Amino acid sequence: MLDYESLRLIWWILVAVLLVGYAIMDGFDLGVGTLLPFVAKTDIERRVLINAIGPTWDGNQVWLVLGAGAIFAAWPAIYATAFSGMYVAMLVVLFALFLRPVGFDYRSKIESPIWRTTWDYALFLGGMVPAVVIGVAYGNFLQGVPFHFDETFRSFYTGGFIDLLNPFALLAGFVSLSMLVMHGATFLLIKTEGVIQFRALKASRIAALTTIVLFSVAGFWIANGIEGFRIVSVIDYQAPSTPFAKEVIMEVGAWMNNFHQHPWMWIAPLLGIAGAVIVLLLGHKKPGFSWIASGASVTGIAGTAGLAMFPFILPSSTHPSQSLLMWDATSSQHTLWLMLIAAAIFMPIILAYTAWVFRVLRGKVTEEQIRDNEHTAY
Amino acid sequence: MEALVDISRLQFAFTALIHFLFVPLTLGLSLILVVMESLYVKTGQQIYKDMTKFWGKLFAINFAMGVVTGLTMEFQFGTNWAYYSHYVGDIFGVPLAIEGMMAFFLESTFIGLFFFGWDKLSKRKHLMVTVLVALGSNLSALWILIANGWMQHPVGTVFNPETMRMELDSFSALLFNPVAQVKFLHTLSAGYLTGAAFVLAISAWYLLKGRDIEFAKRSFAVAAAVGSVVSVTVIMLGDESGYHVAEFQPEKMAAIEAIWETEEAPAPLTLAGVIDENAGETHMKIEIPYVLGLIATRSLDKEVAGIKNLVEINEQRVRSGLQAYKYLAVMRDKEATEAERAIFIEHVNDLGYALLLKKYVKNPMQASEENIQQAARDTIPKVAPMFWTFRVMVAVGSALALLMFYSLFTVMRGTAWNKRWLMRAAFWAIPLPFIGVEVGWFVAEFGRQPWTVYGMLPTHLSTSSLQASDVMGSLIAFVLMYSTLFSVELFLMFKYARLGPSALHTGRYHFETGAVNHA
Repeated sequence: MLDYESLRLIWWILVAVLLVGYAIMDGFDLGVGTLLPFVAKTDIERRVLINAIGPTWDGNQVWLVLGAGAIFAAWPAIYATAFSGMYVAMLVVLFALFLRPVGFDYRSKIESPIWRTTWDYALFLGGMVPAVVIGVAYGNFLQGVPFHFDETFRSFYTGGFIDLLNPFALLAGFVSLSMLVMHGATFLLIKTEGVIQFRALKASRIAALTTIVLFSVAGFWIANGIEGFRIVSVIDYQAPSTPFAKEVIMEVGAWMNNFHQHPWMWIAPLLGIAGAVIVLLLGHKKPGFSWIASGASVTGIAGTAGLAMFPFILPSSTHPSQSLLMWDATSSQHTLWLMLIAAAIFMPIILAYTAWVFRVLRGKVTEEQIRDNEHTAY
Repeated sequence: MEALVDISRLQFAFTALIHFLFVPLTLGLSLILVVMESLYVKTGQQIYKDMTKFWGKLFAINFAMGVVTGLTMEFQFGTNWAYYSHYVGDIFGVPLAIEGMMAFFLESTFIGLFFFGWDKLSKRKHLMVTVLVALGSNLSALWILIANGWMQHPVGTVFNPETMRMELDSFSALLFNPVAQVKFLHTLSAGYLTGAAFVLAISAWYLLKGRDIEFAKRSFAVAAAVGSVVSVTVIMLGDESGYHVAEFQPEKMAAIEAIWETEEAPAPLTLAGVIDENAGETHMKIEIPYVLGLIATRSLDKEVAGIKNLVEINEQRVRSGLQAYKYLAVMRDKEATEAERAIFIEHVNDLGYALLLKKYVKNPMQASEENIQQAARDTIPKVAPMFWTFRVMVAVGSALALLMFYSLFTVMRGTAWNKRWLMRAAFWAIPLPFIGVEVGWFVAEFGRQPWTVYGMLPTHLSTSSLQASDVMGSLIAFVLMYSTLFSVELFLMFKYARLGPSALHTGRYHFETGAVNHA
C-alpha cells in the first residue's frame, strides 16, 4: 500500500481529473444546450443540434455522477459539507439536469410545435443553469463559505442561498458559462455544416472573447481583492482526517502564493487564455483542432482555480481553521488505496470504449439525415 | 429536529420509490432485449429485429426517467443525509463510486449506440452493444445492493474514534456480504420478472385486439419463458433472504411475522390477523404450525426470537453502548488510559445503541431508565405495516409466478392463443410487479428502522443540519417535478404501447397496412 500522504495527493489529482473530465466531456453538451435557441431556428435545425450530442450526452454526464461518487468515497466530509451546505444551489443544478434525459428522448416523439418548443426551452435550461450554478459554486469556494463543525464532526452551514449570489461568484458563473458555450460551439463546428456551422462559428468567437475577458478580470480580482486562505501551522500529512488540527488565516492575495512559489503553475492560466485565443483565430479553418483548443482552455481555467486553492478544497469563511483540505478531509488510507486500484483498472477501459463509441458515431449530422430518419432520430 | 428527520425520510422514500418504478423495468427489459436480439442474430428473421426495436422504444421512454430519478439518489446522501455521509462515507462511498466506474459508465455510454448504431454496426457488434447495456444495468444493481446490503448488515468495518466515523476494514467482507449477495439476486430477479410481466401484458393486449398477431405472439412467448425462469429465482431467493433476515436482523423478522413472544420451536406462521401494536399481540390469528420455524431457522428445534425478548436483549445493548460512549471523548482526544481503552473496545460494537438515546437526551450519559427502555423499544420497527406489506409482496410474487408458468405451459402446447381469459389476466396483471417491488422496498427499508446502518447509526442522527422548512420546500418541488415528468412519461408510454410496432414505420404493421380488426 502507498503511504497516506501520496494517496491523498493522488486522490486530489484524480478528483481533479474527473471534474475536468466532466467539464470537457459534458461541458460541450451543456454549451450546445445553451446555444439551442440561438444557433438553431427551425425545428429541423434544432434536431440537428440535438442529434449532434444526442447519442453521447448520457455517457458524458456520468463524469459528473462519478465525480460526485468519487468525492463521496475519497472526501466524505467534503461531500457531506458542500452538498448539504449549498442545499438550494445543488437542487437547482439537479432540477435543471432532470430536464435533459427526458428532453432529448421525448422532444421529437410528438409532432406538436408547442410540445417541441417547450422541450427546446427545457433543454436550454438544462444546459445553461448547471453551467452557471457550478461556476457560482466555485466562485464561493474561492471566497470561503460559512460552515463549522461540532465535536461529533457534524457540520453546520450558517449562510443562505442569496449570499451565494455575490458579485465575484456571479462573475465566476459567467466565466463558466462562456467557456462551456465556447466548448459547445466548437463541437458544433465539427458536427454540423452550412448555416448552423456558420452561426456556431460566430457563437464560438463571441464566447471565446468573453471567456478571455471575464477570466482575466476574475484573475485580477483574486490577486487584488479577494481574501484567500493560508495555513500557518504545520500539517501532518499522515494524520487521521480531522478538521481541528491546523491554523488558517485569511488575507488578500493568498490564492496567488502557489503561483509565486511554483512558477510552473502559470501554465494553467496561460492554457486557459491561449486555448480561447486559438478558438478565436483558427475556428473557421480547423474545427477539430479548435475543439481541442477549447478543451485545453476549459482545463486551464478549471486547473487555475484548483491550483490556486491547493491544498484547500472547501475553506470556511467563519471558522478558517476548520477549512477542509485535501490532507485532512479524506477517507482512510485503506479506502483511498482500494479506490485507487479500482480507478486504475476501470478508467483506461472507460476511456477506450468511450473513444470507440465516438469513432462509430463520427461524421456530421445533416438535415437530410434527420429527414431520412424522422422516426428514429431524436 | 423531529420534523426535519421525518420530512427528510419522507423525501428519501418518495424519491427512492419513484426511482424504483423505473429501475426494475430497465433491468427486465434490457434482458428481454438481449434475448430478442440474440434470436434475430441467430435466425436472421426481421420480426425479431422489429421486436428489439419496438420494445427498445418503450425501454427508452422508461430509461430516461430512470436517469432523471437516479441523479437525485447520487446527490441526496450529501444534500440531506450529511452526517450519514460523513459517518459511513469511508465504506458506503466505495461501492457507489465503483458502480459509477464499472457499471453506470458502461450502460450510459452504450445506450446511445443501441438506438443510433443499427446502421453503423454489424449485426453481431450491435448485439454486443445491447449485451453491454444490459451488463451495465445488472452490475449497477450489484453495487447498489452491496451498498444497501451493508446498511442492512454492516460487515467489514471498524469505528475510529479519532475521525468519529466508521472505516473500511475488509473490502472482501463488504463484497461477499451474504445479505448483499442474496438481496442482489432477489432484486435482480424481481426486475426481470417486472420486464417479463410488462411485455406479457402489452402483447396480450395486442392479441385481444387482434393486431400484429405474429409480433405479439412471439413477444408473449419470450416474456413467458423469461418470466417463468425468473419467477423461480425470485421465490427461492426471497426465501433465502428471509433466512438471512432471521439471522442478522431478528427485529425486522419479528415485525414482519408479528412474533410478540419467543415461542417454542418450531414456531407457527401467522397468515393473517388483527395486529394490536399497543397490547403487543395479534388477535384472530390464522396460523400454520411449524412453517415459520422451518423458513426462518431451517430446523425444527431452533427458536425464532419474539419482540418482547428482543427488546430485553437490546436494552442490555443500550447499557453496554453507554460504557463505550462514556469514553468516546477521551478516546477521540487520545487521552484514554489503558483501562478506559479496554472498556471502550469491549463495548464499541454497541455504541450505536447508546446513540439511540440522543433522540431523547442531548447527552446519553444523562439518560433516565425510562429513556433507556424507550430506546430499546425503538429498535423494533412498527409491526402492522411490516406484516401487511410483506404479505402483499408474497401474494403478488406468487400470483405472477402462476401466471408465468401457466402462460409458458399453454404457449408450449399451442393453446394459449385461444384463451381470452388468460390474455385478459395477463393484461390486467401489469400493475402487479410494480406493486411487488415497491412493497418489497418498503419491507427492506422501513424494516431497517430505527437505523440507517443497522445497529450502528440511528436514522435520527443521520440527517444534514438543515431547517425542516428547507426540506419541506424541496419535497414539494420534487413532488411537483416528478409528477409532471411522470405524467409525460406515462402519456408517451401509453401512446407508443397503443401504436405498437407500427411506431417503427416499417410499413409492415397494423396501422400502416390498413388491416381490419379481425378479433
